[in-house]
Amino acid sequence: MSLISKNEPGREFLLMGNEAIARGALEAGISVAAAYPGNPSSEIIESLSKVAEELGIYVEWSINEKVALEVAAAGAASGLNAIVAMKQNGMNVASDFLLNLNLSGIRGGLVLVACDDPSGISSTNEQDSRVFAKLADLPLLEPATFHDAKDMVREAFALSRAIENVVIVRSVTRISHARGNVVLGSLPEKRPAPHFDTSRPLAAMPVSVTHPRIHQRLKQAAEMLADSRFNTYKGPEKPELLILACGAASLFAGEAVSLLGLETRVGLATIGTTWPLPEAFLLKHLRSADRVLFLEEVDPVLENNVKELYADRNMELPRVRFLGKRSGDVPDTGELTPGTVIRIVGELMGATAPDAPSDFETAAKEALESFAPARSLAFCAGCPHRASFWAIKKALALDGRDGVVFGDIGCYSLAYMATGFYQAKTLHAMGSGAGMAAGFGKLGRFGATQPAIAVCGDSTKYHATIPALINGVHHSSDFLLILLDNSATAMTGFQPHPGRPVDAMGHEAPQIVLEDLCRSLGVKTLVKDPFIIEEAAMTIYELLQEKGPRCLVLRQECALVRAKTGPKRRPVSVDPEKCIGEDCGCNRLCTRVFRCPGLNWDVSVGKTKIDEAICTGCGVCADVCPRGAIVKETA
Amino acid sequence: MEKDPYNIIVTGVGGQGNVVGSQLMGAVLVELGYKVTIGETYGATQRGGSVMSHVRVSKAQQLGPLIPPRSADLVIALEPSEAARVLGQFGNPGTVALVNTRPVYPVDVISGDRAYPEADLLLEKIRFLCKQVYFVEATKEALEMGNPILANIVLIGAAAGAGLLPISEDHLARAVADYMSPNLVEINTTAFRRGMRLVPNER
Repeated sequence: MSLISKNEPGREFLLMGNEAIARGALEAGISVAAAYPGNPSSEIIESLSKVAEELGIYVEWSINEKVALEVAAAGAASGLNAIVAMKQNGMNVASDFLLNLNLSGIRGGLVLVACDDPSGISSTNEQDSRVFAKLADLPLLEPATFHDAKDMVREAFALSRAIENVVIVRSVTRISHARGNVVLGSLPEKRPAPHFDTSRPLAAMPVSVTHPRIHQRLKQAAEMLADSRFNTYKGPEKPELLILACGAASLFAGEAVSLLGLETRVGLATIGTTWPLPEAFLLKHLRSADRVLFLEEVDPVLENNVKELYADRNMELPRVRFLGKRSGDVPDTGELTPGTVIRIVGELMGATAPDAPSDFETAAKEALESFAPARSLAFCAGCPHRASFWAIKKALALDGRDGVVFGDIGCYSLAYMATGFYQAKTLHAMGSGAGMAAGFGKLGRFGATQPAIAVCGDSTKYHATIPALINGVHHSSDFLLILLDNSATAMTGFQPHPGRPVDAMGHEAPQIVLEDLCRSLGVKTLVKDPFIIEEAAMTIYELLQEKGPRCLVLRQECALVRAKTGPKRRPVSVDPEKCIGEDCGCNRLCTRVFRCPGLNWDVSVGKTKIDEAICTGCGVCADVCPRGAIVKETA
Repeated sequence: MEKDPYNIIVTGVGGQGNVVGSQLMGAVLVELGYKVTIGETYGATQRGGSVMSHVRVSKAQQLGPLIPPRSADLVIALEPSEAARVLGQFGNPGTVALVNTRPVYPVDVISGDRAYPEADLLLEKIRFLCKQVYFVEATKEALEMGNPILANIVLIGAAAGAGLLPISEDHLARAVADYMSPNLVEINTTAFRRGMRLVPNER
């Protein structure tokens, strides 16, 4: 039973923004949904996968975002409605196809949901996906509430069908990963039968025909969106300050205005149809105020577009002072928060929110400084990545040539921090570790002596590492690719991938085995268990002494998956006679360096102890302890 | 909840069930006719980090997913040092707090790099930053039921028992059936009842 498949029109539920988006797609009668998981977008397809069987739709976790868009486009090319979702980085992967698909157009409905992550809360970057809409001449809608997110997606399908092109809906973490009231609409009873009209090919070429056509379609979209109910205004007729806001920023702005008691002096225009601009709506409001403040995340996209419009029409408009990221009034990086917005609006209007008493402020500051110790990011208790990076560290130390570890995207991205013993030295995009390692492995001709290791998770391997590996093989590059196979897309919620024997809808699926794939390229490939830590370290050391491309699969199940499916592996305990604490000379290797949350430095007795509630019984710490003081019972 | 909007923060450490707890609380309040917005922080932070859910309740409007500084009305903390962190940012002289007393040590404390605040001083600091505070042994109660994850529901029960939330056992049962699974109703309502008994109703 799932909330998003309930056919109870009019009933109100608390839905996550991503569930609201999924529900909107169901109300629009989608047949196909595809994505590669990535936060903050993952729950859109996740929630659709759970109702796929019940509603008779097709849902897949695709190998990467470009393929996901291609799968969805095939549905839309055949007259169906299809949704594809991705995080902001995924837009880059999908964009090669997107910037050709826009030229050919489609025939059904295709909505691309891009979920951006201002401040990079669960990302390596905070890029603003909205720029793709302008680049591709495609309409862009931005919801500000949960209910709007649902309705906007439903209406985006109608728009997509009308203009025969992709429509982009852009969400952010604070919508996608937040929850709010959503009133359900009705679910359609039937879906069209797919048919690809072979008399009308879908080709991006010739550009002389297709490029003018998308401009025409964008104009058509502008006409259809001119009076959209997603563009709203609240405030006086002649505001002292006009705020133009989109997405979550508009909720923060509305609240700032009411907290500061400025309802009769400040106007708030919420823009839901960010591209193409709702020109008439904007021109009307630009005539009403001489100060305009832009609130949006992350780049000044609306700000720059509105300024373009203003420049074009300046002869008929009064003088306006624009305040935003360009003027320095609004931070030009990171997400906006209610506190920041209250400060900005308050300063511009000479209004302030009441302060707490000063002794309270002093105590609050003290609470933050001395009573709330930081919680650094760390691998989970019993995480196989901790063991893998311990083995890598040991092998590199034995090797002694200052080897370089090229990092990649997944839980193991944390390997550049203390929890991975600072082993990874690069961190960029999906698959980039292997690509860079393969490039570095060609520098021997210039006298480079440092060995190259790339690390990569199982899901990342399928997503983007295969071309990099083939490239390295073809060019006989000297590098070792270590595949950290925890049998899950762990970072985003354990979605299946091509290495798993199951698909998104829970059906049995052919499994593409990592080591078979590597060996099919003629690469020497070994498989080891990182929990047998000495053997893993020695294998890495030996492989580092060889030339050419090499692969090592370090296979051990994700500790979180394991905890859901099986009991603790074995009891582990500390022998207090053997642990001699600070006298050991190991300088608390187990807690200070190995840092597994299942271990605890007991200050009162100056020895290590095991936290029974947290320890998963992997037993790796027993092999790390130089005194043999940690005892693992036979599993 | 006399105040509108009423701002609740549920805080704890990744894995303590604060997201589910706040979702159930919000689901009941939606059923009672409120507009509820919940902002959550998780993702990378679920791996041992601080996790916070902002639950915003209003009869009139759908609010933004984040609570402004110094604007929390009720703080429900699954971990005491997280209570201090939240009160330091969002507390005000009118805030009421319900705090689980069982600490979860950060990896920096485990490693010996940092010290965890001394229990008495920590509770005293929390007390100073609230109008009223209830210290509750929610994890102990949950462990007696066989699963520490139930501490979140024990605390919601305690908040209801103290008259801070208009939530009954029946409301919670319906929300668990709708949003989780009918199989989980009994264990959750039991945890809720045990929580209700932990605090005196002063309203």
